[in-house]
Amino acid sequence: MTNRTQKSIMGIKVGMTQVFDDIGKAIPVTVVQAEPNVVLQKKKVATDGYDAIQVGFMNIREKLVNKPKTGIFTKARLKPCRHIREFKVNNVDDYEVGSEINSDIFSPGEVVDVVGTSKGKGFSGAVKRHNIARGAMGHGSKYHRRPGSLGAMGPARVFKGRKMPGQYGGDRITIQGLTIVKVYPEKNLILIKGAIPGPRKGLVQIKNSIKA
Amino acid sequence: MQDIIRSIEDEHYRKDLPAFGPGDTVKVHTKVVEGTRERIQVYEGVVIKIRGAGLSRSFTVRRLTYGVAVERTFLLHSPKIARIEVTRRGKVRRAKLFYLRGLTGKKARVKEKGRF
Repeated sequence: MTNRTQKSIMGIKVGMTQVFDDIGKAIPVTVVQAEPNVVLQKKKVATDGYDAIQVGFMNIREKLVNKPKTGIFTKARLKPCRHIREFKVNNVDDYEVGSEINSDIFSPGEVVDVVGTSKGKGFSGAVKRHNIARGAMGHGSKYHRRPGSLGAMGPARVFKGRKMPGQYGGDRITIQGLTIVKVYPEKNLILIKGAIPGPRKGLVQIKNSIKA
Repeated sequence: MQDIIRSIEDEHYRKDLPAFGPGDTVKVHTKVVEGTRERIQVYEGVVIKIRGAGLSRSFTVRRLTYGVAVERTFLLHSPKIARIEVTRRGKVRRAKLFYLRGLTGKKARVKEKGRF
């Protein structure tokens, strides 16, 4: 395993705006509201076969939690959370059940990866879904947005992975190598340079970059 | 949700700038960094366009230097702008003065507003 520090936090995408940096350049940023994440459970090699912490985010009413999940919260003696995720960490013993992970784990200039669920586009054609070129829309062309040839006659079948229409969007997407522009620990806000996956109010996970 | 974004944007808004519109002649004092030194550069011309809303609002200033027309666009709320002076209020009937691009000499003038 690498010695890289592993840290993550869950947040809600608020939206995009722009801010000016110290030399007066306008930077496009996405605002993420990352209210404190609560450690619900520690998973260890001895008991679970792997090391991780289980973390909850956003409180909800007890009525909305199903029975299996209620067990997690009563065992930890904590308020129920809407979202539960597991984070890989360097050392599970650094965390206590009930302790909070705050937005101040990240500082400006740090490079992060952001995981989210992309906006759903429904059943889309190959032009939108795979960025294939379309045919001419005019000049007598009758071939507009179709996918083209599906392959040679030889194999008498279509190879797997052929770019075709289908469900597009709504996938788990990781955007790597984004920079933290600013953190407001008192407001639980993180500003990330550039766009991140998903709609506003969508759940995102910010973790330190695997490449930087 | 929009309140959160507004609270971040509020930190960057400039409230010290005068109100001006298309047709006005303005002097824009911009901060220019040369190596380690910072100095103020003045750029004067006619505002021919104001576009955008909020923090991304920008304006374009057109001027003639040595027979060559220069158009420069500034972000209104940019910290690079030290000061804006309005030297002349122009009387114009449209929001975008792109017609000035096709005109030269005496025709490429903007009438001054009567009452200041």
